[in-house]
Amino acid sequence: MSALQVGESGLRHLRRKAANGMMWVVAVLCVLAAILPLGLVLYYVIAQGASGINLDFFTKLPKPVGEPGGGMANAIVGSLILVGLASLVGLPIGILGGIYLAEFGNNRFAWTVRFFADVLNGVPSIVVGIFIWAMVVVPTHRLSGLAGGAALGVMMIPTVMRTTEELVRLVPLSLREASLSLGATHWRTVFRVVLVAAKGGVVTGILLAVSRIAGEAAPLLLTAGSTSFWSTRIDQPMPSLPVQIFTYAIQPYDDWHRQAWAAALALVSLVFVLSVAARYATRGRFRMVR
Amino acid sequence: MDAAVDQTRSLKRRGIFTGRFGDRVFKWTTLLFAACVIAIIALLAYLLVADSLPAIRTFSWRFLSGHTWDPVHDVFGSLPFIYGTLVSAALALLLAVPISLGAAIFLAELAPPWLRNPLSFLVELLAAVPSVVYGIWGIFVLVPFLRPVEAWLGMRLGFVPLFSGPPYGIGMLAAGLILAIMVLPIITAVSRDVLRAVPVSQREAAYALGATRWEAIRGPVFRYARAGILGAIILGLGRALGETMAVTMVIGNTPTISASIFDPAYTMPSVLANEFMEATGKLHIAALMEIALLLFVVTIVINAIARLLIWSVARGAPAGVRE
Repeated sequence: MSALQVGESGLRHLRRKAANGMMWVVAVLCVLAAILPLGLVLYYVIAQGASGINLDFFTKLPKPVGEPGGGMANAIVGSLILVGLASLVGLPIGILGGIYLAEFGNNRFAWTVRFFADVLNGVPSIVVGIFIWAMVVVPTHRLSGLAGGAALGVMMIPTVMRTTEELVRLVPLSLREASLSLGATHWRTVFRVVLVAAKGGVVTGILLAVSRIAGEAAPLLLTAGSTSFWSTRIDQPMPSLPVQIFTYAIQPYDDWHRQAWAAALALVSLVFVLSVAARYATRGRFRMVR
Repeated sequence: MDAAVDQTRSLKRRGIFTGRFGDRVFKWTTLLFAACVIAIIALLAYLLVADSLPAIRTFSWRFLSGHTWDPVHDVFGSLPFIYGTLVSAALALLLAVPISLGAAIFLAELAPPWLRNPLSFLVELLAAVPSVVYGIWGIFVLVPFLRPVEAWLGMRLGFVPLFSGPPYGIGMLAAGLILAIMVLPIITAVSRDVLRAVPVSQREAAYALGATRWEAIRGPVFRYARAGILGAIILGLGRALGETMAVTMVIGNTPTISASIFDPAYTMPSVLANEFMEATGKLHIAALMEIALLLFVVTIVINAIARLLIWSVARGAPAGVRE
C-alpha cells in the first residue's frame, strides 16, 4: 500500500502512519523527560557545590556554626572506612554465595537463596539500619563504625551475589572442560580458571555495590551515627559524607548548606566514577566471552 | 630443579584439598556463605517481630487504624504514616509510569542501536544518584520552584480539595515528584529488559500482517510483555514505599491526614529515620519496630509478586504463547 492510494483504505493507511509517527515522538519525549531530572540534579550539584570544593574541604574538620571555613575530612575518611568494613562483610558472602549459585545452583535451596537475595535487595535501607541496630548497637550499647559497616555490608550482598552468579555462568563450558581434563579438581578449576575469566564481572558487581552503599545515609543514622571530630576507631561513632549532607542540609545555616552541596558534588562524582568503571569492567569481559 | 620443587609442593598440597574431599569442602563452604542470606532474612524477621511484640500486644489492629501518634502519652496509631506512604507512592507511580513506559519502548524498540547504550547508561546513572543528593536538591531547588506553582494551581483549582491549602512547597506533592524521579530508572530498566525478552517472531508476525511498528508494539509485544511490565511497576512501588532520606527531607514530617497534596505529610520510613534514635520509651521503640515490620512484610509480598510476574515473561514464554 502506498500513501498515494486514494479512498477509504488510503485514508486509514495515512491515519495508521500518523499514529505510528506520533508514538515515536511521544516515546522520544518520554526519554527526554526521564533524563531531564538527571541534567537538573547534576547542574545544581555542580553549580552549588563547585565553589565549596577546595583544599580545606578535603583536609579540615568541620567548624562549629558561625565560624566560616572548615571541611569534611573526617566524614570523607569515615566513609572510606565504612565502605571498607562493609566490603569485609559483603564481599565474602556475595562472591562465595554467587559461586555456589552458579556452580551448584539447580536445586530448591539455591532458588530459596535467590529469592531471599531479591528480598534483601528490596528491604528498605532504613529497615536494614534497624536490624543492625538491634543486632549490634543494642548489645554493645553504642553507635559505632563497626555497626555502620555491618549495615552497609548486608546491603552489598544481593548485588555482588547476583552479578557474580551471572558472570560466572557466562564463562564458556570449554574452559572448564579444558581445566578438568588436565586433572584439576572442581574447586581449583573454579578459582584458577573460571574466576579468572569472570574477573571483570565480579569487579563490576563489587563496584556497583560500593556505588550503591557509598551514598546511603538512612541505615548509618541508626548505626554509625555522626561526630564532628576525627574518628578512626571502629568501636566509636563514625561520620560519613551522606549523613553529613543530611544533617547540614536540614539546618538553617548558609555556610552549612554550602558545605552540604560540596559534599553532594563529591559524593555524586564518586558514585558516577564507580558506575562508569563498573560498565567498563564488564564491557571487555562480555566481548571476550561472546 | 624447578620441576622438582613444583613436584614436592604439589605432593605437600596433596592432602585434604585434593580429589573429591576438596571438592566437597568447596561445595559446603560456598553453600554456607550462600545460606547467610537466608540467615540474615530469618534473623531480621525474628528481631522485628520480637521487638515489636509489646506494641502488637497493646494496640493490636488499632495500631493500623489509629490517627494519634503521641509518644508522650504512649498512644501510637500509624494511620497517618501508612496514608502518607501510600499516597506519596501512588503519586510517584502516577507520574513515573507513563514516562517510564514511553522511555522503555524507545530504548527497547525504537532507538537506533548506537543510541541505545548511551541512553540506557544515562537512565542507570539516574538510579545511581544517592538519595540524600535528591533530598538536598529537593529542599533547595524543587521546593522553592513548587511554591509559585502550587500558589497558581491553588488560585485556579483551589475549590478542589486536592489543590487547597497554603502553598508551602514542602509536602506531599514534593515527595511524590522526588519519588517519581527515583523510581523512574528502575521501572524503565526492567520494562526495557522485559520488552527485549519478547521473541522477535512476535513482532515479525505482526509486521507480516501489515502492522506498523506501533501497532506491533501495542498489540502482540505488549500483550506478551504485560505481566513483566506490571512486575516492573510493582518493583518501582516497592522502591517508593521504602525510600527514606529524600522523602524525609521534602515531605514536611507532619503526622496528619489531609486531602490536599500541598499539605505536609509523613511516611513510615521517615518516622523511623526521625524518631528512632530519640525514642526512649519501651512502647515507642516497639511501635517504631512494628512500622519497620510492616515495611518488611510489604517488601516480601511485593518482591514475590514482582519476581513471579517478571519471570513469567523473561524466563521463556508463559504457557500458551510459546511457538
